[in-house]
Amino acid sequence: MSAEFDVRYTAGLARLHLSDEEIAKFQAQLSQVLEYVDKLNTVDVSSVEPTAHANPVFNVVREDAPRDWFTPAEALANAPRQAAGLFAVPKVIE
Amino acid sequence: MLPFLSVSELQAQLRSKAVSPLEALEALEARIAAVDPSVAGYLNRDFAAAAEAAKTADVTLPLGGVPIAIKDVINVKGQPCTCASKILEGFISPYDATVISRLKAAGAIPFGRTNMDEFAMGSSTENSAYGVTHNPWDLSRIPGGSSGGSAAVVAADEAFAALGSDTGGSIRQPAALCGCVGLKPSYGRVSRFGLVAFASSLDQIGPFTKTVRDSALLLNAISGHDSLDSTSLKEPVPDFTAQLGQDLKGIKLGLPKEYFIPGTDPQVDAAVRKAIAQYEALGAEIVEISLPHTDYAVGVYYIIATAEASANLARFDGIRYGHRAAEAANLLDHYGKTREEGFGPEVKRRIILGTYVLSSGYYDAYYLRAQKVRTLIRQDFTNAFEKVDAIICPTSPEPAFKIGDRSDDPLRMYLADIFTIAVNLAGVCGVSLPCGFAQVDQRSLPVGLQLIGKPFQESELLKIAHAYEQSTEWHKARPTIG
Repeated sequence: MSAEFDVRYTAGLARLHLSDEEIAKFQAQLSQVLEYVDKLNTVDVSSVEPTAHANPVFNVVREDAPRDWFTPAEALANAPRQAAGLFAVPKVIE
Repeated sequence: MLPFLSVSELQAQLRSKAVSPLEALEALEARIAAVDPSVAGYLNRDFAAAAEAAKTADVTLPLGGVPIAIKDVINVKGQPCTCASKILEGFISPYDATVISRLKAAGAIPFGRTNMDEFAMGSSTENSAYGVTHNPWDLSRIPGGSSGGSAAVVAADEAFAALGSDTGGSIRQPAALCGCVGLKPSYGRVSRFGLVAFASSLDQIGPFTKTVRDSALLLNAISGHDSLDSTSLKEPVPDFTAQLGQDLKGIKLGLPKEYFIPGTDPQVDAAVRKAIAQYEALGAEIVEISLPHTDYAVGVYYIIATAEASANLARFDGIRYGHRAAEAANLLDHYGKTREEGFGPEVKRRIILGTYVLSSGYYDAYYLRAQKVRTLIRQDFTNAFEKVDAIICPTSPEPAFKIGDRSDDPLRMYLADIFTIAVNLAGVCGVSLPCGFAQVDQRSLPVGLQLIGKPFQESELLKIAHAYEQSTEWHKARPTIG
């Protein structure tokens, strides 16, 4: 299965640029990791339900009520770029 | 000397007014100035704000006036929170994590940020973007990870106690390698709100302390349901110190045969077997058990943890906070460059792996299969706990290794976690405590004993840990730093 593993393509899905050097290195290192995890294929899981997390709690909701939280200034305080009290985003429409 | 005290000992001094909270803080500041240039456990300290808090501290509160060091992955309002990553350089937390508001309500003073592997990904703290932390017992060695800074500052008496986070062993393994007590509570015991998420189904916050009693004191302060973390459970929170001092008559400890393997360092094996004999002498019954799916735990972990991490780290997009690439041709280029510049190599590796195992065509083969094997690993523990009260084994297969020894061999690094990972997958609780030393290159390196407890039975687990601790002298040993 890991023969089809392609770091360059996967990095694109992850919105992560990598140098050619990193691509070559990660391709080798992660192929080794994938080969290691292939041992899971030897386990019979045909009648096993998956576990998403350890405790069986579902659909936890809290009251949808306003509470004290960030002021706009606090929310913007860590923004790398801002304008007119808003987060400045890159241009998305040509 | 004040900084050498445990939390309980410091409290006694504060409450008898032999020492003021400000004097305790200043003594700690002097100790940090003396040893942290060698250990490099802290990324940041704010003594000015801490001194203000110390002046008004109420020492009658459960942790009144006690300064606590915090792993750089937990938000403290007004302090930096970088996760030891360049992508969060300059980030100042606008809010307190729930564990921090609870510590403050208990009178504690969170004053400093400890080093870690970037985004808690690693077992050596070498993956920090801000330099390596040194093991106080041998400065040429790693302190373990990912909470290596928290372990090192407690072991070096540069902190009375610290908080860390544990996703696959990140509290227990560094505690073992630095010779302190590290507790990973049951999944859902402690709120994760304000902990920067790595793998949300595995992450749990817990304390680093010099003694088991201190571990119980800190757990008392941080535990309990939180409406801001839907995975925190509405389980009653007992006084975790209440059972300390009780004897071990009738206690059954399980010895999992899969955790006593040839690859373990002989000195680690010997120290752990001696601890087991000590438990028998204390009245516990040792029962051989099997956790048959142990061999798959590392594989399951590196699929599930990276999958969750790839989703969690998608939030680092250079818009709302953190690093932003200077120039970008378009939106995709903006994301790609921002993340390329901000993340270090191990984080990139794990994002790639996690994205791959979730991607179309591979989800069933990797992620879904790993979740199914996780069920089997969890059942192993459920079955074992029908026979025994707790499980006893090594925390780490080896003592601390040399800095740089395996930083470019990810698979070998991942295998350092073989004894700690299954605990997170199963959601149970575990503690590491000192059980001796390995002599390596004329240095004494701490060895950790791991005890694994039933879900939400931390009281019982700490009772068992405390009985052993009090019957030995290991927790009193201190490193000579240099």
